[in-house]
Amino acid sequence: MSTEAGTPSIEKGSSLWRDAWIKLCKNHLALAGLGLLIFLCVVSLLTPWIAPYGYEQQDLLLGATPPSMQHWLGTDVFGRDMLTRIMWGGRVSLTVGFIATAVALAIGVVWGAVAGYIGGRVDMVMMRLVDILYALPFMIFIILLMVVFGRSMLLLFFAIGAVEWLTMARIVRGQVMSLRKQEFVEAAHSLGLPQWTIIRRHIIPNTLGPVIVYTTLTIPSVMLLEAFLSFLGLGIQPPQSSWGLLINYGVETMEEYPWLLIFPGIALSLTLFALNFLGDGLRDALDPRTAKD
Amino acid sequence: MLKFALGRLLQAIPVLLVVISMTFMLVHSAPGGPFSADKAVPAEVLAALEAQYNLDQPLWRQYVSYLGDVLKGDLGPSFKYPGRSVNELIASGLPTTAELGLYAMLVAVFIGVLAGVTASMRPNTLQDYVPMSAAMIGICMPSFLLGPLLVLIFGIHLEWLPVSGWGQIPGDKILPAITLGTGYAAYIARLSRGGMLEVLSQDYIRTARAKGLPEFVIIGKHALRGGLVPVVAFLGPAFAGLLGGSFVVETIFQIPGLGRFYVQAAFNRDYTMILGSTVFFATLIILFNLLSDMLAIWLNPKLRQQVRGDAE
Repeated sequence: MSTEAGTPSIEKGSSLWRDAWIKLCKNHLALAGLGLLIFLCVVSLLTPWIAPYGYEQQDLLLGATPPSMQHWLGTDVFGRDMLTRIMWGGRVSLTVGFIATAVALAIGVVWGAVAGYIGGRVDMVMMRLVDILYALPFMIFIILLMVVFGRSMLLLFFAIGAVEWLTMARIVRGQVMSLRKQEFVEAAHSLGLPQWTIIRRHIIPNTLGPVIVYTTLTIPSVMLLEAFLSFLGLGIQPPQSSWGLLINYGVETMEEYPWLLIFPGIALSLTLFALNFLGDGLRDALDPRTAKD
Repeated sequence: MLKFALGRLLQAIPVLLVVISMTFMLVHSAPGGPFSADKAVPAEVLAALEAQYNLDQPLWRQYVSYLGDVLKGDLGPSFKYPGRSVNELIASGLPTTAELGLYAMLVAVFIGVLAGVTASMRPNTLQDYVPMSAAMIGICMPSFLLGPLLVLIFGIHLEWLPVSGWGQIPGDKILPAITLGTGYAAYIARLSRGGMLEVLSQDYIRTARAKGLPEFVIIGKHALRGGLVPVVAFLGPAFAGLLGGSFVVETIFQIPGLGRFYVQAAFNRDYTMILGSTVFFATLIILFNLLSDMLAIWLNPKLRQQVRGDAE
């Protein structure tokens, strides 16, 4: 356990988080993923101010042009700047990714923690329900939801979030159950600490690791789902755009204007890459089973 | 084993009931009936149509009669294709989708296991990094991007393979199968690498090595069986994903399969078709999960003992 002298740290010894951070820093791919992700988020946040052209700005006379100095990623058939479109699309894709994941996270953590902490019959009923939902064909279910209730973005968040929480609930439940029987929790009990303090000081911090890891891995699968639905025309609707929708448009004209397919595709794939590498890196860093090396 | 299978089949009944009920409620709570088309339909025509499809009856009665029909294996008539039943539509699309799924699965298992086993033989060397990086690309490249890119390269620029269709021009099945299979090949590669690494560190492998067995016997005969358990367990869920993937691949390559019918039904608001296909898909998925679980148990002696212990 080495603590670098000179670096200011909040805790004295070496906490789990500090160890994890040191380990993550050694994983270059994960760090690169984190960097790319931060970059994408900043660009998305600033898009209204830094986008080179207006979102609606057309130039019908120009039409589709390959990448050039004026339009770095070319223009589409309406003469709209692709870089601008991809930036605005990324806003939507990332928003869906984060919000739908947050919905899944909220439901999953509460469900799993309650089931794990109460245990007994309540736990059995709650997890039985998760088992049943696991067997449902999700993709079909989301398509159904989108068809029946119209294609609004709000619904998209909840439809995706509502089907992605199951694994989270299982992970949290398993973690909470094993923690409850740990000696340090029993010790806290015998010292007379109030229930809430035990949950706050001992249970929650110890479930955080797997939750963070799984959250990082849920975001790409949520984004993929959104892109998939948008590609089929069942997700984000124009005039809004997302990467999936841009890929869909790109496919229609890919013979003549391949850049309209390739650039949104690169944007989506790179983001998924970054998130997956970061998730893998976090798992290696936070999983206590790999902490021995 | 039989007891286990029966138990699981019994568990599937409530799951199916939930699926049917939820889908039924969703479809019937949809704003705008199935006949509220763009053109206004005269009231008496609408009434006649609703009577024909039992829509004029109270909801619970429709539900009960639908359940009865489903039990008899009748998924009802299609709203949008008059005179055709959902059963007929499913039957006409199923063989194509099944064939596509089979080829995709073969691609996925063959490439995935080969890559995973190769990588596991020399962990943390180039022989590990190259296939595993390729697998990561496969995971991050969704089928709706990979498919068009493959078409662009092999269909349009190189003109090696047909760009669409199914069974009309020789070779037109290659691109769809690869498009659908690649993502699963990537997952299988990662799973089989992990499984093999775990097995290769076991004592009985060391024993085999000590006996001086050639490497391909060790891998092929002793390690593979245990190492592939995670892959087999993944095949059930993968099948469910394959169905979803077929929506995209069949749309891209214009293949007249179930997936394309389903997406069209979703666009046309063909409610009975959606309802029927969902029930059908759910049944298939549950069956395949059961099959892959049973296969995993058969492969893994530890699990086998567990099941036997539970049964006694």
